Amino acid sequence: MSVWEFAVIAVLFGVGAYMVTERSLTRIALGVGVLGNGVNVVIITAGSNTGEAPILGRTGDLTDPLPQALVLTAIVIGFALLTFLMTLAWRNWTLTQDDEVEDDVEDRMIASRAERMDKSGDQPHHEDVVP
Amino acid sequence: MTSLVVLPVLIPLCAAAVMLILRSPMWQRVLSFVALLSSLAVAIAVLVEVWTDDEILVTRLGGWPGSFAISMVADRLAAVLVVVALGVTSTVLIFAIGQRSRDEQSPFYHPVYMVMTAGIVQAFLAGDLFNLFVAFEILLMASYVLLTLEGTREQIRSGTTYVVLNVIESLVLVVAVGLIFGATGTVNFAELPARLAELPDGVRNGLQLLLLVAFGIKAAVFPLFFWLPDSYPTAPSSASAVFAGLLTKVGVYCLIRVQTLLFPGEMRGLVLVVGALTMLVGVIGAISQQDMKRILSFHIVSQIGYMVFGLGIGGTAAIAATIFYLIHHIPVKTSLFLVEGIIERDSGSSSLASVSGLARRSPMLAMLFLVPALSLAGLPPLSGFLAKFAIVRAGLDDGHYVVVTVALVVSLLTLVSMVKIWVAAFWGEPSDHRDASRAGILQSSPSMSVATGMMVALSIAIAIGAGPLYEFAGDAARQVLDVGGYVVGVRGS
Repeated sequence: MSVWEFAVIAVLFGVGAYMVTERSLTRIALGVGVLGNGVNVVIITAGSNTGEAPILGRTGDLTDPLPQALVLTAIVIGFALLTFLMTLAWRNWTLTQDDEVEDDVEDRMIASRAERMDKSGDQPHHEDVVP
Repeated sequence: MTSLVVLPVLIPLCAAAVMLILRSPMWQRVLSFVALLSSLAVAIAVLVEVWTDDEILVTRLGGWPGSFAISMVADRLAAVLVVVALGVTSTVLIFAIGQRSRDEQSPFYHPVYMVMTAGIVQAFLAGDLFNLFVAFEILLMASYVLLTLEGTREQIRSGTTYVVLNVIESLVLVVAVGLIFGATGTVNFAELPARLAELPDGVRNGLQLLLLVAFGIKAAVFPLFFWLPDSYPTAPSSASAVFAGLLTKVGVYCLIRVQTLLFPGEMRGLVLVVGALTMLVGVIGAISQQDMKRILSFHIVSQIGYMVFGLGIGGTAAIAATIFYLIHHIPVKTSLFLVEGIIERDSGSSSLASVSGLARRSPMLAMLFLVPALSLAGLPPLSGFLAKFAIVRAGLDDGHYVVVTVALVVSLLTLVSMVKIWVAAFWGEPSDHRDASRAGILQSSPSMSVATGMMVALSIAIAIGAGPLYEFAGDAARQVLDVGGYVVGVRGS
């Protein structure tokens, strides 16, 4: 594994990880795509010695075909996932006119409880907080 | 006989393909049943074969010799889990058809359901790491679709969390597979134990941690569980019953394989601590909730903790207890979600504040809830008591007194939160006065009630047949722990 391959993997993982932590679903989807490619490069560089094309009858320094087959499968799966995420983002956009990932129920419940405690100053009943 | 092992995967997949062409709802339902029941029959045949002979059934796809082929492996553990999984998916199908929810009416529900079943079965039977990854992708992809099939705002919101988290889990898993291939030159379960043992300690630990994180996200262990209570409650009841009953257990099954086959007995301390924290955090989360589906979802997390605890103890007795726990837990959890589905269909909500007095309106429904609820908490003589007893005894024998104390406290807290559902939803006066004019809750949808009844009956049957079943779990545990036997069985002579 050369320094360059290592650098490519590091950049792809770094960019991907950064984008996945974004709030916007489109960026998350793109980040997943970038991360997925980083993973594919990992498999190729970690798993194979490069050489001649592995065709029956040839001898000498041949490439190991298995990682290539694994990556091919991983690429197809990654493509399907990316399409699904894009569809989710589109559906989210048609429903809410933005593509931000919302807070989860628990976060919103805690926020609304805190708000009411600020207002009234006493303990709220938790029956008021409906998820 | 050996080629039978592929059929439980192949039949649902072919059925799904046919259903995509055949859009008629009637035919799709019939075909779903035929596919699941025939797979179940094949799976039972495989189980009987594996149970009676002490051998491992292997199908080598493509006919390549030894470990070159992509192999599907059915040992005792895998075979029994396939039977349970197909039994659960068939029963939930009856429920889903009876429920007549909006998503079941979609022409894509049945094909996707078939694909998910095939993915679950393939994950149990996979004989190499990459095949396991593909199985995960198949079942996850199908679960994404089932979770967001109605496309409501709430489903999209929680579906997003679920999809992104699981995509990251898949990426971690595929990195682990790639690095393991790079380090050992194989992904086959039969070759890996010997080759992994030759690696330096640092590399081994790194690879094991990657696998534990990947399967830990899937099994929803602490601290990787937070996606579960957020996403499962928004799915339709039939889908969330299968998710709750089976999907996380696939993760637990893979954790068992990692801890027994690939890295036997390593990092037990870590697994033990994770198990204890998973139990505790899950049940505390459950107690603080006001919604039935969310309470039950947090209990999935807490119950996973027991299985991880058993895995952390290690040894034949503890692994046997874990396997027994796994088998008992699937019908119990599924039936609780099915009962919740019946209640939600009747009252239109799963919030505890809006339901009450169900015991007076339908004592039978109350029984259907009470049996799995008490079993979940571990009260004798139900199956949950036996499973917890086995795990606690294995823990005491090995001297893990702190974690055993945690397990017992968590069991008590589980009872508290089940009583909370009972008091709020089943006791008291009925919240509406419509019951005089209309039929009982159970009579209004016979097939939902029958499906739920079947699940509860299965969990009672597990309690009654606990002796032989526990013996079987012990045999399965011995086979799982016998790495040499597995290697010889899969490679062939």
